[in-house]
Amino acid sequence: MSKAKKFMYINRHAPCGTVYAVEGLEVVLIGAAFEQDVCMAFVGDGVFQLKQDQDTADTGMKNFSPAYRALGDYEVNRLYVERESLEERGLTEDDLMPLTWEDEDDDWAEKPSIHIVDRAQLSDLIEEQDILLNF
Amino acid sequence: MLHTVNKSPFESSSLKTCLSLARSGSDVLLIEDGVYGALAGSTHSPLVTEALEAVRVYALEPDLKARGLSGDRLIPGIEVVGYDGFVDLACTNDKIQNWL
Amino acid sequence: MKFSVMVNEGPYTHQASDSAYQFIRAALSAGHEIFRVFFYHDGVNNGTRLTTPPQDDRHIVNRWSELASEHDLDLVVCVAAAQRRGIVDPDEAKRNSKDGDNIAPGFRISGLGQLIEAGIESDRLLVFGD
Repeated sequence: MSKAKKFMYINRHAPCGTVYAVEGLEVVLIGAAFEQDVCMAFVGDGVFQLKQDQDTADTGMKNFSPAYRALGDYEVNRLYVERESLEERGLTEDDLMPLTWEDEDDDWAEKPSIHIVDRAQLSDLIEEQDILLNF
Repeated sequence: MLHTVNKSPFESSSLKTCLSLARSGSDVLLIEDGVYGALAGSTHSPLVTEALEAVRVYALEPDLKARGLSGDRLIPGIEVVGYDGFVDLACTNDKIQNWL
Repeated sequence: MKFSVMVNEGPYTHQASDSAYQFIRAALSAGHEIFRVFFYHDGVNNGTRLTTPPQDDRHIVNRWSELASEHDLDLVVCVAAAQRRGIVDPDEAKRNSKDGDNIAPGFRISGLGQLIEAGIESDRLLVFGD
């Protein structure tokens, strides 16, 4: 099989107002089975997807935010959040869900999946990818 | 790397986000309502003019024409291309980021 | 060059489907190959043959079907997105006990893996959407 490609899923939409975030997450979870090199980026309103305490009960909509916690089990464990996007929205890392993954090469140690990166670092990461999909 | 932007800068931050993350030497193609970002004399023109020092900016001719925008209304330095030019840009750049 | 294209918006509301179509035509006429066109989100609505636009407007769905037949294109509608939005082929209609199907000629319904495969197998993947 040819060498794995680098896939980055760039999330720029808030979670509830449109379907892009939830259907985007479906792509990431399905794509995880293809053993490619996968990461996600959260930019602009996309950072709201990771906000803690989402409760959609009174909207009648399905709450899919718990599905982000499954990403680690699918070996999607690099979630890059743009620092400037958080700051512009008055958020800090403490507002985000504490997502983790278990590193089988390190005695299943639990490690954080969320990495706060600044704009210049994110720019470098985007440049490293082969395939970029936006949701 | 080729970046495409398809939203008016008056409605969305796509163009701003794209230009803040596009590396120097990138190609940026404005399509659909994104072509409004090519207009000279708008409140967003300085952003694009400044970006032109680091990236090449293109606007898709059929989308300009459809919106009544002629070449003389565009920020100097922006190159107008057709769909054939779009295809060429997608070939010469080894990856593509569509800012949706 | 081998391209794949993803279309994320339905016909008529958004220009995405028109842009994707024009890009693909230009790519084909320049001698490039289109590995697959994948329809996702409301883009699945490009695949219903029940669409009936006024005669003086373009028929976006038929245009896709015709291009597919001329160039042997692989037009794939995402099954999960299609089920939510009522795009059904004969198999899906039977499986879900629907009273009919509406998939347009040249389109087929399949899973999201087809999109990932398109990314892996193609030289370039372009996305048209909102």
